Formats: sequence, structure tokens, C-alpha cells
Amino acid sequence: MAQALAPRDWPLWEVFVRSRGGLSHKHVGSVHAADPDMAVEAARDVYTRRMEGVSLWVVPSGAITASDPADAGELFEPAEDKVYRHPTFYSIPDTIKHI
Amino acid sequence: MDRREALFRYALRLGDDSMVLGQRLGEWSGEAPSLELDLALSNLALDLIGQATHFLGYAGEVEGKGRTGDTLAFHRDVLDYANCLLVEQPNGDFARTIARQFLFSLWRKGYFEALRGSSDTCFAGVAKKAVKETAYHLRLSSEWMVRLGDGTAESRQRVTEGLDWCWRFVDELFEVDEVTRVLVAEGVAPDPAALRAPFDVEVDAVLAHATLVRPAARRGVSGGRSGHHSEHLGHLLAEMQFLPRAYPDAEW
Repeated sequence: MAQALAPRDWPLWEVFVRSRGGLSHKHVGSVHAADPDMAVEAARDVYTRRMEGVSLWVVPSGAITASDPADAGELFEPAEDKVYRHPTFYSIPDTIKHI
Repeated sequence: MDRREALFRYALRLGDDSMVLGQRLGEWSGEAPSLELDLALSNLALDLIGQATHFLGYAGEVEGKGRTGDTLAFHRDVLDYANCLLVEQPNGDFARTIARQFLFSLWRKGYFEALRGSSDTCFAGVAKKAVKETAYHLRLSSEWMVRLGDGTAESRQRVTEGLDWCWRFVDELFEVDEVTRVLVAEGVAPDPAALRAPFDVEVDAVLAHATLVRPAARRGVSGGRSGHHSEHLGHLLAEMQFLPRAYPDAEW
């Protein structure tokens, strides 16, 4: 064991669940655990009780870098009026079903 | 002993083991060292009570006297309960609970794996489902054995004591008696004694990983299968059965 940690010192892990094959993992919450294997078990016990999914990811919360809400203006508002970036100007023939 | 009697008593044993341990684990609800463990132990308890529902329901059918799973769970007294002594012991601290869970789940997993091949379709069906549940119970308790054993000085001492306490109840799990003899001959039940050697190998493997040693061999305590229980079961049943016995017509 790398180090022995009391429950109050267990790091936080963010939990992501994929509900079925082919979809993406969604963030569902967080757990405290001493190490990665315990984190997977904790996530299984806390977040998959009602058949929420088939796959779990746990990531140490410290590994996640989040955007600063104060920067939301400069990061995200410029995309609001750029309609040409959306793929909606193609006319797709009716015979093509899945695209 | 005829087949029906043996089958009934055997179903009671499987059901009572699950029922009593489920009840014990339920006592951790709200009391566990962390939120995650609270849910983990509660999930274990629910799995076990689910198994008990199947086994005790089947026992009632086999007996054929109109008793249901509920009647059997809530209206039998200590002398008629057939669980092993290991599961009725008080929880003690978290380390002792984990030690008990580790030993029980390890035994049970091998047992259910063999029971999947039972000539009785009900037992085979329940065993198939229960094997997956038990595999997780074993994973959780083994991982905790390792972390407690190879943890702090305190966790190591507590899990050593917990394991030592539980060890005297291990022999009973592998006992053979009249009921088992009849049903092993019929292909309904696996031979308990044959499961001891692989169990010992597995125990040693996990304990080695946990930097613990197997407790010293000692005379096993036994009697649960014939209704001779420790004092603890009486208290557990008194609490568990109080409501249905006090209000027999209650429904919800």
C-alpha cells in the first residue's frame, strides 16, 4: 500500500457512467475513496444501483481542469451568432435514411 | 430421512444463512465508516435478503403445509432456524464484519458455483444468479481485507482479531450430516467437504496479499444446522420478528 489514509483524507473522484454500448459516459457525481480500485467499487455501489449503466470511469477530481465561469463570456458567447458552423445548409435526399 | 424432508431442511439452511447475514449487515445502515461503505453494506444486505426470499419461498413450497417465505422468516423461533453460527455473530467493528464477510462470501461463491449444477432446477436457477452477486461480495470484502491488513497498525490489529474471532466458525460451513448425505447422493447438493481444500488455498492467497497469516487451527464450534445457536440469534430474531408477531394482520 502506498499510504494508509483515514476516511477523512480519502481523495475525491468524479464518476462517469455509460448507460449502454455506443453512447458516451455521463458525469453522475463523485465519491471519496483511498485508491482507484476502491473508487470503482464505491462508484458501483453508489451510482449503479438502479441499472444505470454498463461501464464506469472514475477520475481523480484533481485531474480535471474546469473552465472558469467568469470566462464564460469570452469562451462561449462568440459561437452564438456563427450559424454557418452548423451543418444545416445541405439538402439531403429522402432516400438517404441514416446520416 | 426422506427426500422431501431433506430438501426442506436444506432450503431452510440456504435461506437462513442469507436471511441472518442480511439482517446483520442491515444493522450497519447509517452506521458505516463512510457514505460509500454504508451503501456498499446495504447493497450486500439487499442481495442476501433477495436470496433468502427465493430459498425460503421454495422451502415453504417443498414443505407443502402452506407456509410462505414470510411465515418461515418471521414466525420460526431460534430452535427451528438452520443458519450457520458464523452469520449470527454480532457485527463487532468494521474489521470483524469484513473478516466475516470475506470468509462467508469465499465459501459461498465456491458453493453456489457447484450448486448451479444441481438436479433441482430451483436451486440451480437461484445459484446461477447468486454467483454473480456473491462474486462482488467476495471482491469487496477481499479488497478490504487487503487494505485493512496492509494498512495502519490499528487496522491490522483489528482485522487480525476479527479474523481470529471468526475462524472458529469456519469448520461448520464444510460439515456433512444426514441432510447433506441424502441430497449429495441425489445430485441436489454439492459435497461440502470437497470445497474445503480450494477454500483454504483462496484464503491463503488473499491473506498473503493482505500480509496476514491464517489463524491457528482450533476446534470448530458447530450446531447451527440443528438449531443449537448462540445466544445472539435470539436477540436478532426478537428484533427482526417483533413487528409481524405483534401485528400479525399487518400488511403493506
